[in-house]
Amino acid sequence: MASEEKKEREPNFMQAHRGLNSWLYTLDHKRLGLLYLGTTMLFFLVGGIAAITLRTELLTPEGDLVSATTYNKLFTVHGAVMVFLVIIPSVPGALGNFLLPLMLGAKDVAFPRLNLLSYYIYSLGALFFIVTLFTGGLDTGWTFYTPYSTTTGTAVVTATAGAFILGFSSILTGLNFMVTIHKMRAPGMTWNRMPLFVWAIYATAVIQVLATPVLAITLLLLIVERTLGIGIFDPAMGGDPVLFQHFFWFYSHPAVYIMILPGFGIISELIAVHSRKHIFGYKAIALSSVAIAIISFLVWGHHMFVSGQSELAGIVFSFLTFAVAVPTAIKVFSWVATLYKGSIEFNTPMLYGLMFLFTFTIGGLTGVFLGTLSVDVHLHDTYFVVAHFHYVMMGGTIIAFIGGLHHWWPKMTGKMYDEGKAKWGALLVFIGFNMTFFNQFVMGQQGMPRRYYEYVPQYTQQHVLSTVGSYILTAGLFWTLIYLLQSLKDGKQASDNPWGGASLEWQTQSPPIEHNFHGQPVVDTDPYNFPEIDRSGAMDEH
Amino acid sequence: MSDHHPTRPGGSEPHAFLAHHFNTPGQQAGAAKLGMWAFLATEVLMFSGLFLAYFIIRMQYPEMVLGAHEYLNKTAGGINTVVLITSSVTMALAVRSAQVGDTPAIKRYLLMTIGFAFVFMVVKYFEYSAKIEHGMLPGKFYSAHEHGYDIPGLPHIFFAIYFCMTGLHGIHVLVGIGVLTWVYLRANKGHFGPSYYTPVENVGLYWHLVDLIWIFLFPLLYLVK
Repeated sequence: MASEEKKEREPNFMQAHRGLNSWLYTLDHKRLGLLYLGTTMLFFLVGGIAAITLRTELLTPEGDLVSATTYNKLFTVHGAVMVFLVIIPSVPGALGNFLLPLMLGAKDVAFPRLNLLSYYIYSLGALFFIVTLFTGGLDTGWTFYTPYSTTTGTAVVTATAGAFILGFSSILTGLNFMVTIHKMRAPGMTWNRMPLFVWAIYATAVIQVLATPVLAITLLLLIVERTLGIGIFDPAMGGDPVLFQHFFWFYSHPAVYIMILPGFGIISELIAVHSRKHIFGYKAIALSSVAIAIISFLVWGHHMFVSGQSELAGIVFSFLTFAVAVPTAIKVFSWVATLYKGSIEFNTPMLYGLMFLFTFTIGGLTGVFLGTLSVDVHLHDTYFVVAHFHYVMMGGTIIAFIGGLHHWWPKMTGKMYDEGKAKWGALLVFIGFNMTFFNQFVMGQQGMPRRYYEYVPQYTQQHVLSTVGSYILTAGLFWTLIYLLQSLKDGKQASDNPWGGASLEWQTQSPPIEHNFHGQPVVDTDPYNFPEIDRSGAMDEH
Repeated sequence: MSDHHPTRPGGSEPHAFLAHHFNTPGQQAGAAKLGMWAFLATEVLMFSGLFLAYFIIRMQYPEMVLGAHEYLNKTAGGINTVVLITSSVTMALAVRSAQVGDTPAIKRYLLMTIGFAFVFMVVKYFEYSAKIEHGMLPGKFYSAHEHGYDIPGLPHIFFAIYFCMTGLHGIHVLVGIGVLTWVYLRANKGHFGPSYYTPVENVGLYWHLVDLIWIFLFPLLYLVK
């Protein structure tokens, strides 16, 4: 890696310009990354408050805290906000924006103005969601299934218009990142010398560009259906409501990989850097991201095993769903193999990395249960499904995101957080998360349906356990927020490379200067050749 | 392609439209073009949803589609097809003129392209007016039977997909008029020449796609038989 001569420290990107307008009109990918970070975390709070209210309602079998309609609106807000406003934009928008050009040795993304536009489109979409909240809410669930979504009295049009607009933000970000990775790599950075985070962002970008337009047309048709009654999804007029489900899941299944792939990328970095070992199976991890991106387009029917699709279609979709497990397992095994004989540092980023391996593996394996045709008939629409996707989305993406935030916090802010407090936070999150969701697998298997605001008393104990877990999780997350904010004020000054990372973002100062690097970095090796390591795990072919 | 652009900050000739974060004009043009192609891919996928809906409707109600499509104006559709194909030719000539640096020709060909786009919209306006007048409208607004047209089956579904497809395409033509005007204004300022013509080329790519989508819409909607 290029080592830059020590020069006078230039003002960093936050000091380079001052004033509100320097943020509102910024074209700097690092500032946009921070804007995304702030906004997505704000909506994480909104979605979280909805979740906590849901869990509190479920403390008792009777519906006593909120009405049934409010409950429906709350889980819709929770789902739609978490999916469209938090998980999809969080890792690419915040960490991806901040890190991608740094990791590639570029001055910025390929289209900085488009990048700013994406942020504002995102904000506009978010505004539509807020308007939805204040104009009667939405009670369809985040999936907007017809015919209910075309008949309910709630604000379907504003919500779907919001999701439609957010889709454009997602497309433009993906397009921007894709072009950046193709065209902006530093001299010497071949495809096989890119950090694995970049590979993951690349695979994500491809899905964003290819899948999101289908969501756009789906939502557009839904809006037209509701406003003009065109009847394409309305069985009473000769339309087909299952067609909506096909359209919706053709986007929304790949969207699940839009959400998890960037998390995979973060984990590759955390595990390698903090075990001081060359990543095991670099090419396998890189290409399995691409394989997942491709297969993800062919499995949408597994959401519809009980929607009346043909048996043959069910069998094919079930088989293809199992096929996704192969590239995913390749990744997990490669991470574990990287840990093997590494000198593992049990610091906070690594704790989150290990936590991810544990929770994501549970999430992934329970997906195989749901992909099995016969088992799915039993588990469909139960808490088993709820537990499964929370283990993947929260236990996968959000855990990876928090881990990544700790890993790159010194680079982004120039400050170190309090390691002791951070470990307590990680412990609370781990205990709270598993307590909330693990027994939901059991509950679902026993027959507790999802989306019910009352339930039979036999599930009371499990629901109480789950709710208490969610309070612990909330405490852990607030604890994390507090010590991270505290570090901004009185954290130790971070060095340029506190973890001894070998990828380019660690070669510039913390926080980086406005144009990222003093000169053009030149790359001559891959980003996992840590200077002091035993290189027996590396595939030596350079 | 540009995997190994050497580091020459200031080494390459200074260029009026080279953004600060690119090393060479070639890198910038390559990025813009790749971005445009990716954007066109998103457009194709967005329309593919409508095409899929169309095929499902046609498969479910073949007789109805056959009957309803007779009420579309084949002459108007045919004229519009010729208009759009011709506009693609003038667009290609505009790009060519930019490559050789002939600014008056760029402006002339762009104006012709914009003119054809307007012709297309005018023809579409008359087609839509006729449909609205005869009550051949989508979904619950369908009232052609009150105007004495007895189309068997569920023709409101056919007109729903007809208006969705041609409507979304029409919006793309309007956007095309907008970006063509933008490029025309820049050409007017003499921005384009052999060393910089990316905007003309990218708008050209977009315009060809708009044309191409119509080439599929026309036979699928107007020429079912």
